Amino acid sequence: MTQATRIKITDVSKIYQTETKTVEAVKNFSESVKDGEFVCVVGASGCGKTTLLWCLSGLHPATSGTVHIDGELLTKPLPDRIGMVFQDSNLLPWRTLIENIELPFQIKKKPVNRELVDELLEVAGLKGFENSYPGELSGGMKQRGSIVRALAQDPEVLLMDEPFGALDAFTREEMNLFLLKIWERTRKTIVFVTHSISEAIFLADRVWVMSPRPGRLSRIVDVEFARPRHIDLQFEPKFIEILKSIREDVEGSKSGKGN
Amino acid sequence: MATDNLADKIPDFNSSGGKQGGNGPVDVSAIAGIRRAKGIKEIASVLALAIVVVTLLEFILIWSNTEAYVFPKPTSIIQSLFTDFSTLYWKPLTQTVQTFFMGLIIGATIGLALAVLVTLKPGLDIFISPYIIILVTTPMVALIPFLMLKFGFGMTPRVIAISLATGPMVMINSATGFRRTNAELIALGKSYGATEFQLFRKIRFPFALPMIIVGFMVGSIFGLLTAVGAEMVGGGMGLGNRLIYFSSLVQMSQFGAVLVIVATFGVGIYSFFTFINRKYASWDV
Ligand SMILES: Nc1ncnc2c1ncn2[C@@H]1O[C@H](COP(=O)(O)OP(=O)(O)OP(=O)(O)O)[C@@H](O)[C@H]1O
Ligand SMILES: [Mg+2]
Repeated sequence: MTQATRIKITDVSKIYQTETKTVEAVKNFSESVKDGEFVCVVGASGCGKTTLLWCLSGLHPATSGTVHIDGELLTKPLPDRIGMVFQDSNLLPWRTLIENIELPFQIKKKPVNRELVDELLEVAGLKGFENSYPGELSGGMKQRGSIVRALAQDPEVLLMDEPFGALDAFTREEMNLFLLKIWERTRKTIVFVTHSISEAIFLADRVWVMSPRPGRLSRIVDVEFARPRHIDLQFEPKFIEILKSIREDVEGSKSGKGN
Repeated sequence: MATDNLADKIPDFNSSGGKQGGNGPVDVSAIAGIRRAKGIKEIASVLALAIVVVTLLEFILIWSNTEAYVFPKPTSIIQSLFTDFSTLYWKPLTQTVQTFFMGLIIGATIGLALAVLVTLKPGLDIFISPYIIILVTTPMVALIPFLMLKFGFGMTPRVIAISLATGPMVMINSATGFRRTNAELIALGKSYGATEFQLFRKIRFPFALPMIIVGFMVGSIFGLLTAVGAEMVGGGMGLGNRLIYFSSLVQMSQFGAVLVIVATFGVGIYSFFTFINRKYASWDV
């Protein structure tokens, strides 16, 4: 399978300038993501994962370097091509689930794609909860809702920032399986940020390991387990081996530079 | 550039005001949060207690032989309310209500507009805020003599004073609400290509609504205070003027009746906004 390059990141740096200090959140980051690829980004807290993702989304500009989506220079959000899923489910609490899913359609002044929304709700196990307010849904349901909201726009690229970070371990596994199910069906290009190395290995085709201060891409790990993957994969020796080696990297970079 | 750095300018009205947490510069969430009596039984018991309190007061006044000019009996106040309402109280009530609402509408409109302005142009904040703080902290009744020199004895000086009392409250609370809108929610809107206007309409405004309602509630209460105060200082009309009038004649039952009307108006304002809050902002707990 030869795949086209979806996202091309060239020498991206992002520097935050605050009153008191200057933070090099991302430095000289270059990589690309192929069409339909599932990439996970891991790294210690504060190493620049969110910053990188926001650069990829067009939500904020890189200080230097460029991002190309399908060969086109990214300068602003591309609502029809890039979907963003945030750490908090970010459902508007004054809108019901279905109204939340309809929000992007209203912003774009487009008719709601009922067929797709229905199908996604079905897969997400949210049928029957359309008229519930976010306050009445569990954490996992809210996250699924926010993924449905993003997917209902049928974007080519899905950027996810620790979408399952706030969930308990069991719900998280469930959500991982749900996400893989959706991905295997739609083959979106996904860049998924996570704290959890095992989540990254379980989901990804490739894992980008970042080291902090300044945030750099320190290592790329190819994960070649067959798909569809079973949840017990995480107990296999090969899985644990990869887990250990990435973990050493992340830990090492933390203690090495953080003195 | 259209995509300026969102995270860089997560605005915070509080940090400039020096107070952290709570519900912004004017924290009245406590007033808005009193639990509502539920069910007929509870409402009945609350009413029963009120009747007991009033009756007790009546009997204490009778037993202690308190003269009416020292403290009017509840029954005489109630009687006056019923018999004199159309002759003594209706006209001043309409005058007060009219000036109050005109002041509120003008003040709240300007206040909301300014709140939107400082949200869209955060740089303006430091220029506008000092005046808002001065207006919030200075009792606007104090302006009445001065305003009357300029605008005479009509409604104008009062309406201006009431606007000046309500507007800043609405503004300060609304601005805090707009600015406190979760940066990720704004980012979410932007990621779907929302315009600044859409962000306001679909995200900032609903998000800020509970705070805006609180601003209206506090603003209205300040406004009523100013309205009645202005009538007491400025003479001429309204319930405040009647308070001065009846007390100078030592007609304490009538005085009490006016007081009851003012209090009812105040409680009415409170209940109205509490109701609005429950109806339109119940998601915010
Ligand atoms: N708006 C900002 N202004 C100044 N510095 C910032 C800003 N946003 C992030 N930073 C800094 O940039 C660095 C990277 O932050 P970022 O949020 O990208 O990290 P992260 O890897 O997503 O962390 P986490 O895993 O905790 O979410 C951190 O040191 C952070 O303090
Ligand atoms: Mg982050």
